[in-house]
Amino acid sequence: MGELDGNGAAGLLQEIFGTEMTIAVATCASCGSAAPIGESVLYAGGPGTVIRCRSCEGLLVVITQVRGRHCVDLMGIRALDPPSGSA
Amino acid sequence: MEGTAIPGRLSSGPQPWEVATVTAVTSETPSVRTIGLGVPSWPGHRAGQHLDVRLTAEDGYSAERSYSIAAAADDPVAITVERLDDGEVSPYLTEDVRVGDQLEIRGPVGGYFVWETADGGPLLLVGGGSGIVPLRAILRQREHSGSDVPVTLLYSARTVSDLIYRDELDTYHDGVEIIYTLTREQPAGWTGYARRVDQALLAEVAWPAGKDPLAFVCGPTSFVETVAGGLVALGYEPGRIKTERFGGTGGP
Amino acid sequence: MSPISHGFRRRHTVPEGAAGRVPPGQYVTDGFPVLSAGPTPHTPLTEWTFSIRQGSSTLKSWTWQELQQLPAETPTVDIHCVTRWSKLDTEWRGVSVDTLLDQVKHDAGYVMAFSDGGYTTNLPLADVTGGKAWVAFNFGGSPLEPEHGGPARLLVPHLYFWKSAKWVRGLELMDEDRPGFWETYGYNMYGDPWKEQRYQGD
Repeated sequence: MGELDGNGAAGLLQEIFGTEMTIAVATCASCGSAAPIGESVLYAGGPGTVIRCRSCEGLLVVITQVRGRHCVDLMGIRALDPPSGSA
Repeated sequence: MEGTAIPGRLSSGPQPWEVATVTAVTSETPSVRTIGLGVPSWPGHRAGQHLDVRLTAEDGYSAERSYSIAAAADDPVAITVERLDDGEVSPYLTEDVRVGDQLEIRGPVGGYFVWETADGGPLLLVGGGSGIVPLRAILRQREHSGSDVPVTLLYSARTVSDLIYRDELDTYHDGVEIIYTLTREQPAGWTGYARRVDQALLAEVAWPAGKDPLAFVCGPTSFVETVAGGLVALGYEPGRIKTERFGGTGGP
Repeated sequence: MSPISHGFRRRHTVPEGAAGRVPPGQYVTDGFPVLSAGPTPHTPLTEWTFSIRQGSSTLKSWTWQELQQLPAETPTVDIHCVTRWSKLDTEWRGVSVDTLLDQVKHDAGYVMAFSDGGYTTNLPLADVTGGKAWVAFNFGGSPLEPEHGGPARLLVPHLYFWKSAKWVRGLELMDEDRPGFWETYGYNMYGDPWKEQRYQGD
């Protein structure tokens, strides 16, 4: 499975959520597996930023930027355990 | 969380992007350069974090890239950039940028691929190509904090002239083992490994899983996948294997 | 205002004589960036089909063999990605969507192109007919590579390239327009690069 990982979206996610998000553990709504966002699969550089589950490639997050506003869809995340500090 | 697109918040409050000034430029290899940055309100950073750089051309065209911070937590911020032949930003950063120039940066960012002294070890650091950059920050952090956590660094590069920070890495002794592998060409008398990292190589150099090691793996995507998979096969706890993929095809 | 990075320039600019062919805000590249929203699918050609659907019915379907036996065309077109790169004189080979839609009876006004991996994009029927669109399977004289949408992608060069769905597997006929993947997240329902219709409301 390919490309970059969620670490590459750290800056964008921090800008949107106001806090560090790559250690937040996301539970995939498609397959139920849970992993830190830093380990998820990142597709960037296209019309938007897409973050997918490393286990099943299901969509976790889609982010686009339209005229200065971020449009964020977290539909693929069933649960998100917010960052609680370093490992 | 149901699937409806929601507008994100407007960028209000403190702007994440800030202007940094280049304070130093150091050539590490013919195609790799370390750029020291002065950032007015830098909040400090942790070893393993990175920052995003945004360049804007006179006609308004802009490009963004991420680069790992090469410095330990208490050191001045610096990034190490490798020139990619077909790159758009890296040729500018490795060839054109001068001391005194300004760059827009956002950071520090990252919380997942981070090592703090309290995280302990033993540490296994595995870097492919420019993946060595955040691992060097971790090594410096360990050194600066006086930590005696044992470390094994496995560093894979194409040729000896591609090794970044070689002189510095050779100065580490107490509790630090540095293992090199050169995958394309080796100098006469080379006693290090001479092939791409594979399961057998990992088995020879990695901490035994029973020591509950903490692993950091960084480099091109295919390199990271191979190494992470290899460590899991050696019995490493998946939650104690931190990965950072730099993308790009192939690698060392 | 962002500081200018002196000396930084985009890698490619408008080539001599091509100014009229480059929509506003675009720059010409001689590469072919690979930009995706998901992993590259690998459907075996023995399982591949292209379908025209309406509601829950499949009106018509072609296997890969059947598609290859249809009359094909070799359009040379300019393409424009919403991420601002344009590529001139790209050479393709594919079956015109007219050839496919001519084989079904319908009065739909819109289509939703759908692809392996779940990607979708919506288009007016008028923009995939009249010689404006193809199901393309060769690029630059060779079979279309998977990372660029192979075995076949939709090719609709007069609109931004996100409308040229990679790994296309069919068209769903619709009476009303409905947003596809990127359109749901704020991209323009139509996407005319000459009017710079990048986002909703442009």
